[in-house]
Amino acid sequence: MTAVQKRIIMNRIALGFSTLSAIIALAFLFWILAVLVMKGVNALNWNIFIFEGAPPGYAESGLKHALVGQLILVGLATGIGVPLGILAGTYLSEYGKNSKLAHTIRDISDIMMSSPSIVIGAFVYAIIVMPMGHFSAWAGAIALAIIMIPIILRTTDDMLQLVPQTLREAAFALGAPKYKVILSVVYRGAKAGILTGVLLGIARVAGETAPLLFTSFNDNFFTTDLNEAMPSLTVTMFNYAISPYEDWQQLGWAAAFILSLFILGLNIVGRLILFAGKRK
Amino acid sequence: MIDKLFFNFTRFSAFLILVIVAWIFVVLFNHSLEAMHAFGLDFITQDQWAPNLNKFGAYAAILGSVLSTTLAMILAVPVAIGVAIFLSEIAHDKIKSFFGISVELLAAIPSVIYGMWGLFYFVPIIRDVFGGMGIGLLAAGIVLAIMILPFMAAVTRDAMNTTPDILKESAYALGGTQWDVIKDVIIPYAKAGIIGSLILALGRAIGETMAVTFVMGNVHKVPTSILSPMTSIPVTLANEFTEADSSLYFSSLFGLALTLLVMSFIVIAIAKFYFLRKTRRA
Repeated sequence: MTAVQKRIIMNRIALGFSTLSAIIALAFLFWILAVLVMKGVNALNWNIFIFEGAPPGYAESGLKHALVGQLILVGLATGIGVPLGILAGTYLSEYGKNSKLAHTIRDISDIMMSSPSIVIGAFVYAIIVMPMGHFSAWAGAIALAIIMIPIILRTTDDMLQLVPQTLREAAFALGAPKYKVILSVVYRGAKAGILTGVLLGIARVAGETAPLLFTSFNDNFFTTDLNEAMPSLTVTMFNYAISPYEDWQQLGWAAAFILSLFILGLNIVGRLILFAGKRK
Repeated sequence: MIDKLFFNFTRFSAFLILVIVAWIFVVLFNHSLEAMHAFGLDFITQDQWAPNLNKFGAYAAILGSVLSTTLAMILAVPVAIGVAIFLSEIAHDKIKSFFGISVELLAAIPSVIYGMWGLFYFVPIIRDVFGGMGIGLLAAGIVLAIMILPFMAAVTRDAMNTTPDILKESAYALGGTQWDVIKDVIIPYAKAGIIGSLILALGRAIGETMAVTFVMGNVHKVPTSILSPMTSIPVTLANEFTEADSSLYFSSLFGLALTLLVMSFIVIAIAKFYFLRKTRRA
């Protein structure tokens, strides 16, 4: 066998292995997706949206409490996290720029982005739940907001930097003060990018379970009181899945399906916005 | 006036992130002081975790975290590199964007769903094939591996894609096969980025709670085999935080949280500062 043949055979083996691993990976992932879709669609019905949690065996049980709770928690977290994240990103891109401080903030928030979310749950438990003496929706929302801020901060920073410097200079030349330049020129230029960042940030925290376990805790009943424990899709899913009751497990799969649709939807819309913005 | 106000608003928000990080460390440290005083170094070297005796040794949980992530890395790294090579070098454009997008979307699926799938579909298979309870180290390692695979493959692919086309084309012009180009041009060029991406995925895996909580078993014992039920730091936190009844118990759990935070901070910082310096990405 010549050296060339050897290399050709080696090439086939290596490429074959790589293709095979792609197939294996996708097979597993599609297996999970298939389970999710089949179980989820099976368990879906109108009752889920009409009824709250009920003891196992009850026909009239649903997920209304968790759906509403999830929306409240994610909505509050968005309300707290998005403004802070965008403002902080603005500081980095427009004021801090390449200063040492700005780079430190970028690095720290990068690390925050990948650090364990359950630890943030423990932190919020210590600063909010312990002094208050009870679980609350506020605690859950703040835990989610802390996870969200670094994500929004980094995308805002990146997207604002893409706005051409000449646009800013043009606005300055017209006599606009800096805040006006930022608000009406820079933000406008980076609108699509920031919106995508916000959507991806929301998608990321919507799937978080760990930080909610001991902040907003869970509740089997409908509530809108922000000072009480609040049910969420993720924690409900967790509790129902480890329960021994079949109908609760069914509801768990329905919750998983609804949540995944929501998160995938946000991801796809976010990507489309960015794509449409780029094509212009 | 408004100008100054706006500037201060943005500066305040940016500083807030530093304050929060520092605050997290301080709070966790303060709350774990009691356990540190009570146990000292025994906290991380003893494996007896007995709430009824007020004895807390985190060794089993720390070992569980290390073992399950190691197993997950052993399983996921070769496949992730294979997928990354497939995505960046082999697949045609159409397949590439289809695969690429599905991998990225799969990375967005909440980890609690991977855990549910593991519990209902994978654990029974392990039980049938290997015997035992099914839940334990092996199940946790596999579920964790599957969960980090999309993220790992996506970032590894991004690292490989940084190789300039001109370098690859030169190697092809010299008569290199695709594999020659991959192993002699792309991998050496993107080495730091690839290793950094893998370590970043490792950092995520250590702190992952929901994917493994279902399938670990939460048993505070040093595992005797790969099938033994065991625990890890995040699993212990998730299961016991709301049940802790004494202040020493609480303090020990905060100690665990601090240990986990420090471990993952170190791992992520190594990935970021040592390997990913040059290839700064969003």
